[in-house]
Amino acid sequence: MTMASTIAPAEAPTFHLAQEHEHPEGHSTMLGFWIYLMSDCLIFAILFATYGVLGASYAAGPGPKDLFELPLVALNTTMLLLSSITYGFAMLAMDKGRAGATQAWLAVTGLFGLAFIGIELYEFAHLIHIGATPQRSAFLSSFFALVGTHGLHVTFGLIWLVTLMVQVGLRGLVPANRRRLMCLSLFWHFLDVIWIGVFTFVYLMGMLR
Amino acid sequence: MSTQAHTGPEVHADGAAAHHGDHAHGSLRGYLIGFGLSVLLTAIPFWIVMAEPFASKQVAGFAVMGFAAVQIVVHMVYFLHMNTHSDEGWTMMALIFTIIILVIVLSGSLWVMYHLNANMMPPHVMDQMK
Repeated sequence: MTMASTIAPAEAPTFHLAQEHEHPEGHSTMLGFWIYLMSDCLIFAILFATYGVLGASYAAGPGPKDLFELPLVALNTTMLLLSSITYGFAMLAMDKGRAGATQAWLAVTGLFGLAFIGIELYEFAHLIHIGATPQRSAFLSSFFALVGTHGLHVTFGLIWLVTLMVQVGLRGLVPANRRRLMCLSLFWHFLDVIWIGVFTFVYLMGMLR
Repeated sequence: MSTQAHTGPEVHADGAAAHHGDHAHGSLRGYLIGFGLSVLLTAIPFWIVMAEPFASKQVAGFAVMGFAAVQIVVHMVYFLHMNTHSDEGWTMMALIFTIIILVIVLSGSLWVMYHLNANMMPPHVMDQMK
């Protein structure tokens, strides 16, 4: 009886691998975030496929040639491309451990991102003003869904960027902040990759149609 | 004997590459090359559509799509720092898997819906075809 009670704790079942080795904090964050981006990529793939199917259904309404202004799209593309390279400079400043320079480049990136969102909102407002609302035709529904989802991603990227600027200001370039900046770097460049698809497939191919 | 001498430095080079590539953030040169290529690869398709140097719209379309594909690869390499050895190749695996799904979703949707459109003509179009 006494023996059983003394043995029992030693034989307590373990529900984990006893031999699992130590992992440093955040060692798999980058891979996990990459897999999130790939799943996000699938969301955009579905929106692109929807636009590809519905993009020619104007319901006797306006088509791409009546609505899109390529100089405005070119300006927007420039803003996003410039924000990509300035984020790259922020990462280089982070590698050198210069918190102030990192924050400054993040601020420049944020301004380019804001300009992008501003131009896109101006375009949307103009379209809605002339009656080309998402309700007008299947083409416009799928256009607003695709471009709007990308714009929402950039908006949340901007919120994240400001949050990280505050974080770096409060705690400096600690390992956790470096990891977060690297995640946002992937996110930001990924959005630029999606935008390549948008300006090519929606705007340029739309004008060729 | 010669094979042994050959494998020596190769193993060393491999190990160094794996160690270096684990958390690559790129270099100033890499970012500038990527940016320069992106500007070129963006400007040319815009020029193709706005200045219309090609008589055929189909040729222009294929050219624009081609430039986009190349620019996506440039961004992947110079901005997203994709390579085959980070996280023991798992990021590349996830990317390849996603591209396969992407191709199936995009080409499948367009193909099926195109044929649906062709086979489900409205009655008045069918009457005209008689």
